[in-house]
Amino acid sequence: MISFTDQQLERYSRHIILNNVGIEGQLKIMQGKVLIIGVGGLGSPAALYLAAAGVGTIGIVDADKVDLSNLQRQIIHFTSDLQKTKTQSAFEKMKALNPDVHVNTYHLRVTAENIREIIRDYDFVIDGTDNFPAKFLINDACVMEGIPFSHGGILRFSGQTMTVVPAESACYRCSFPEPPPKNAVPTCAEAGILGVVAGMLGTIQAAEALKYLIKQGSLLTNALLTFDALKMDFRKVALRKRADCPLCGENPTILRLEDIEQAVCELKR
Amino acid sequence: MIIYVNGEPQEIKQQPFTVADLLVLNQVEMPEMVSVQLNGEFVKREDYQTIQINDGDEIDFLYFMGGGAR
Ligand SMILES: [Zn+2]
Repeated sequence: MISFTDQQLERYSRHIILNNVGIEGQLKIMQGKVLIIGVGGLGSPAALYLAAAGVGTIGIVDADKVDLSNLQRQIIHFTSDLQKTKTQSAFEKMKALNPDVHVNTYHLRVTAENIREIIRDYDFVIDGTDNFPAKFLINDACVMEGIPFSHGGILRFSGQTMTVVPAESACYRCSFPEPPPKNAVPTCAEAGILGVVAGMLGTIQAAEALKYLIKQGSLLTNALLTFDALKMDFRKVALRKRADCPLCGENPTILRLEDIEQAVCELKR
Repeated sequence: MIIYVNGEPQEIKQQPFTVADLLVLNQVEMPEMVSVQLNGEFVKREDYQTIQINDGDEIDFLYFMGGGAR
């Protein structure tokens, strides 16, 4: 049993005072393990908030280096971090914010080969990736390993997110059975993103992770939350777990992980 | 008839009216980037031409949203 130091009682006092959190809830947070795949637009706010919340172990996965064009939205990285690896840059900020937190860094890209072993050590996974092959890989691996995760996607002024609790709720493939054809995906240059939209969505994902750890409220399962920041419209569409889902259905056709060909994104990183 | 597309009422005069017709009417430029739910049920792409939409039906377009975040 962990006991709280006076400093921790002070640091987490605004959590502890909440009826739905309390000492027990904060303890669950401090014993929790969350993996954030991608410390970019979505992963930045998620990593900062989860570190601030005192999540015991946070894993961060990213193969990229910090680029000038990232700084408009990837708020964990600063101008002084240019050319640093994103994992190192994020690690430094998270430890500076909260030295209590144990941060595992994975300077790599998740693949069919390595992902299951990485996610297995965690209670909850946040998908903060920027491409469909990775999103499908994370969905498939989490369903196979039975690890709950938060899906997130952003485009221009919009965001979408759903939480998947494998075997209990609809997975990403229940609604999106196959990745979109490569030529249909808007290129990075065409797409663009209002920086703050990434922050809004990544923060929702972090909230789901914390709720999962403290077992309070209801998760964003069997639903797709979409918002349009231009109109500030939020809409939740009910989803159903499909008996004929190729992954989590009764007769799955996807039985092992496979790397999907990477969508082309030749824009300078 | 009146149908509800993404929660918004829409009047449809055409009969019969399929999911494929709805995608055309709503000028969905890239149908590959959308999943369709009819009254909460996922509609398979191969059924778009045959599944008919009736008065009061609720249709949701779920868009693929990936990156642009790098
Ligand atoms: Zn499924």
